[in-house]
Amino acid sequence: MNRGLIAVIVAGLGLLVLPMVLVSMGQGFYLGLLTRIMIYALAATSLNLILGYGGMVSFGHAAFLGIGGYAVAIAAQHGIGTAWVAWPMALGAVALFATVIGAISLRTQGVHFLMITLALAQMVYYVFVSLRGYGGDDGLSMSRRSSFGWEAWWPTRGDTGFYYLVLALLALALLCAHRLVRSHFGRVLIGVRENEARMSTIGYPVYRYKLAAFVIAAVLCGLAGVLNVELNRFISPSVMHWSQSGMLMVIVIVGGLGRPWAGVVGATVFLGLEEVLSHYTERWQLPLGLLLLALVLARVAGWRLPRDTGKSLQHV
Amino acid sequence: MRKQFGGLRVTDGLHLQVRPREVHALIGPNGAGKTTLVHQIAGTLKPDAGTITLDSLDVTALPVSARVQLGIARSYQITNIFRSLTVIDNVALAVQARRGHSFSFWRPVQSDTALRDEAATVLDRLALTEHALRPAGSLSYGDQRLLEVGIALATSPRVLLLDEPMAGMGPQESSRMVEMIDGLRGQMAVMLVEHDMDAVFRLADRISVLVYGRIVATGTPQEIRRNPEVVLAYLGDEEIA
Repeated sequence: MNRGLIAVIVAGLGLLVLPMVLVSMGQGFYLGLLTRIMIYALAATSLNLILGYGGMVSFGHAAFLGIGGYAVAIAAQHGIGTAWVAWPMALGAVALFATVIGAISLRTQGVHFLMITLALAQMVYYVFVSLRGYGGDDGLSMSRRSSFGWEAWWPTRGDTGFYYLVLALLALALLCAHRLVRSHFGRVLIGVRENEARMSTIGYPVYRYKLAAFVIAAVLCGLAGVLNVELNRFISPSVMHWSQSGMLMVIVIVGGLGRPWAGVVGATVFLGLEEVLSHYTERWQLPLGLLLLALVLARVAGWRLPRDTGKSLQHV
Repeated sequence: MRKQFGGLRVTDGLHLQVRPREVHALIGPNGAGKTTLVHQIAGTLKPDAGTITLDSLDVTALPVSARVQLGIARSYQITNIFRSLTVIDNVALAVQARRGHSFSFWRPVQSDTALRDEAATVLDRLALTEHALRPAGSLSYGDQRLLEVGIALATSPRVLLLDEPMAGMGPQESSRMVEMIDGLRGQMAVMLVEHDMDAVFRLADRISVLVYGRIVATGTPQEIRRNPEVVLAYLGDEEIA
């Protein structure tokens, strides 16, 4: 058994027992923080798929976080409180929307792609700002979390039960993402990142593969958006502001672009630091920014974990 | 096989036919339109007029990827490989491309032994087996050139377009390339664009001479050597030894 697998099992077991420890210590607040970190880890993992592996610099990823979240909140407002209806609807809406955004923006590359995804995402942001019926600027609340019908033995409406739900979904998503990047499809994605022109001259209809990857990543991010609104029982357009897309990018870059654990590592470091620093100062962004700058510079300067040498496929 | 062009000034009323399984060299001075022709046959440039046919199938309107599926592959004059991937992964990607779609999301590529075996066969042909697990960018220049051709070869083409495979190579490296191309004879049609006349006259079954977008002569190496027009336009005095 390799060290990586052991680390995953230890971390997984730790996350399984942590809620009991926290609750017994009366630190229930940290349960919410951990859940939030896991949700952003999921969102960042989805961005890492297209940014880190596919080389698509999307600056509008937070739009999917917002659309997924809003779909659930809007369904709840119309009396749909069962997750079995609201969640698939939300993910379907994200998939549809991502297909449209992707089909348009993937006709371009590089900076143009970045600008178009940014512009389309901002359009969505302003649409939700102007939706008075659904709270507009002020956002939309849900009276309670969606129900799965299994509350009797897994109370996902409570904070601890919901924590385990997020943990399970994150684990499942990570498993799928890890399989995907090693599959035939994943190889094509990495090939596109490395040399898109050559990929098309060796016979790949590159556009189709990029669009498929874009939609898959969007749906994963939409799931994070669904979990996010269920966690807070509240959503506002600020979730999909461009600065949120930027934050997701920073999380992925901190975690290590194109590395399998980038989303988890990045979200833990970023949100953890944010939490710690905001205890000491209101201006926590400054030290956080400096720390991230140092981290990225150190990586550019060639700092690497010793185990990573030889895993050339995962590097950008 | 029949490929025709017209309209583009760099390809000016050109008619060229590459026969199945022959090595057909295309020579001509710089700016004659050789690379442009390769682009048009491969599909990265569209001709303004005229048709490109593979066997009796008109492929003029097909995108690059569809042409590869039908068996037209090219290599580049300027090395265009996946530098940070391993040598075998470079070739395996090309093998994978030809085997239909890659919308397979769960099964690891590593477990696809048929893919690995086929990629290994291609590496064997290139004599690059010992470097299989090195990043392609770390190969010597000559080996990178061989891999460049190998990626095209791995798509199992029926027509292989080689755009100056010997570009920038020393004599020793060139002879490895010549040997490798010689080994392809009889298995596929090879259209060889090359300035290295020793290689051209050694390898080609037939030679076409392209000047200002037109074919001025086509024939066997002997016929081309003796063609006064060709000698005047291109080969010059110092050439024929």
